[in-house]
Amino acid sequence: MSIKTEEMVLNMGPQHPSTHGVFRLKLHVNGETITKAEPVMGYLHRGSEKLAENFIYTQFIPYTDRLDYLNAMTNNYIYCAGVEKLLDWEIPERAEYLRVITMELNRIASHLVWWGTYLLDIGALSPFLYAFRDRDICLDRLNEISGARMTFNYMRIGGVKWDAPDGWIEKVKESVKELRENIAEYDRLVTGNEIFRARTIGVGKLTKDQVINWGLSGPIARGSGVNVDLRKTEPYSIYDRFDFDVPTREEGDVFARYKVRIAEMHESLKIIEQACEQIPSEGDIIHKKGARIMMIKPPAGEAYTRAEASKGEIGVYVVSNAKTKPYRVKLRRPSFVNVSILQDMLVGENIQNLVAIFGSLDVVLGEVDA
Amino acid sequence: MSQEVLDLVVEKVHGFLGEEVLAFEEPEPPAEEPEEEEKPARRKKPEPKVEKPADLNFGRPMIILDSKKWTLELAKMFRDDEELQFDFLSCVTGVDYEEHMEVIYNFYSTTKDHYLYVKVKTPRDNPSVVSVEPLWKAADYMERETYDLFGIDFPGHWNLRRILLQDDWEGHPLRKDYITDKKALGLD
Repeated sequence: MSIKTEEMVLNMGPQHPSTHGVFRLKLHVNGETITKAEPVMGYLHRGSEKLAENFIYTQFIPYTDRLDYLNAMTNNYIYCAGVEKLLDWEIPERAEYLRVITMELNRIASHLVWWGTYLLDIGALSPFLYAFRDRDICLDRLNEISGARMTFNYMRIGGVKWDAPDGWIEKVKESVKELRENIAEYDRLVTGNEIFRARTIGVGKLTKDQVINWGLSGPIARGSGVNVDLRKTEPYSIYDRFDFDVPTREEGDVFARYKVRIAEMHESLKIIEQACEQIPSEGDIIHKKGARIMMIKPPAGEAYTRAEASKGEIGVYVVSNAKTKPYRVKLRRPSFVNVSILQDMLVGENIQNLVAIFGSLDVVLGEVDA
Repeated sequence: MSQEVLDLVVEKVHGFLGEEVLAFEEPEPPAEEPEEEEKPARRKKPEPKVEKPADLNFGRPMIILDSKKWTLELAKMFRDDEELQFDFLSCVTGVDYEEHMEVIYNFYSTTKDHYLYVKVKTPRDNPSVVSVEPLWKAADYMERETYDLFGIDFPGHWNLRRILLQDDWEGHPLRKDYITDKKALGLD
C-alpha cells in the first residue's frame, strides 16, 4: 500500500536559529523530500551602496565592517584597495604586513565561528565552546591593534590606522602556536566522529560545473575541486611573498568543505608566522597623502578589485568622477552569490539534510542583504 | 598579455557581428591655435579622456557594447569559444550615468586565467539588457539585484523580481534621480 502525500509549503525562518540571521527559506515539500526551495532575503538591507554615494571616501570604511561582520578586516581591505587602485598609491611595506596579519587572524576567527556554529546546528554542543574560546584569542589580538573586537575600522585608504602596540608581534607569534595546537585538537575531537561523518559525507554534493556556473567561490568551490584562491591565482597585497598551499578536495560534499576550512586555518597560521618574521621593525604605516588628506579625490575612472575573503571572492567596483564622493560603489558579496545555489541543490534532498547543507555554505546575512 | 586578450576579443566580436562596433576612430587633433602670450600656467587642465569602445582598464581588457548588439548568442560565444572560455561570471552590476545606463559584466576564465569587462550601454528610458542568466546561473541573483536597485529590465531572466527590497517598494534607489527625501516618502 502506498501512502498518498501532497505537497505543502513550509517556511524556514525568517527567525530560525540555524540561519544565524534573518533569512527565510520557502520550502515546498512532498513528504520529507524538498521539491522546491525559494530563498527570501532582504530583511537586513541597509542600502550600503546608496549610502556610499553620499559619503566622502574615507567615511564609508566603517560601513564595510557591517557587511560580513565575522570577517570585517577583508571588507575594510577590499574597499581601501579599490580606491587605492584608482589613486595609484603605493602602500608602505609595514602597512602591507600589518594588513596581511590582521586579515589572516580574522580569517581564522571567521572559520572558527563557522566551525563552532555549524557543529552546533547539527547537534554537537561542546565544539561551539572550544571554537569561541579560540576565536577570542584572535579577537583579543585584533582588539589590541584596532580597538574593536568585530567592527574594526582598521584599514585606511593608503595604509592602516594605527601601528602595532609594543610587543604585539611577539604576542601574535605565541597565539599562532597556541592556535595551531588547538585546531589540531579539533580535528581529533570531531572529524573522526561516527555520527558527524554519517551526517556529512556524501551529503550536499556540488559538482565542479555547478560551482563554476553558479559563480560560487571560497571554500565551497575548493571543496569541489576548483582550485581558485585569489591569494594564489591573482596575488594582491603581498601574498606572493608567502609560502602556503591552497587546500582543495574533489568530493564536493559537506565533509569536503569542512576539511577545506580546517586546512585553511592551518595555512593562515603559516602565513601569519611568515609575516611576523618578515615584517620590517619600523616604517610608515600609511601613505604620506593618506595620512594628511581627508578629502580624497581619485581621478575619474572605474576599477573592479577582488580579494579572497573567508566566504569567497569579495569584490568592489568603484566608479569615480574626480569628486570627493564616489559616484558608485558596488560590493560583490560572496555570501549573496553563494546562497543562490540553495534553489538548485536543495531540490530532491531530504528535509533532515537541509540544515547540514545550509550551514556548510557559511552564509552571513549581513553580507547577503548589504 | 591583456592586450592580446583584448585584440582577440575584438576580433571575435567583429567576426561574430559582421561589423566593426568596437573600432575606435582617433579624434581629429584640435586645430592649432595661435600661441597666446605666455602666461604662467599654474594649473593645467587634464585632457578629457576619450572613451574607446575597446581599451585596457587598469591592465584588464574592457569593451563597451550597445544593448542592441548584446545578445545571448554573443554571450554564448564568450563562454564557449575555444580561445576565450569565459566560464566564470564574477560580478554583474549597473551604473547610472544620468545620460545613459550601463550594465557591467566581469568575466573570468578559470581555464585560461584571463579577464574581461563587458559594459553594455542602454538608454535611460526603458533600460533593457538581454539576460545572461540562461548561460551563467551566477547572474541569477546579481541581475535581480540590478533590476531591483536600478530598474533595468533583463529579458530572458527566469524570475526577475525584487530581491533586496520588499515587493511593493516604489522606485529604484540607486538611480540618480531617486528621491531620498524622507518627507517626500512620508517617513518623517
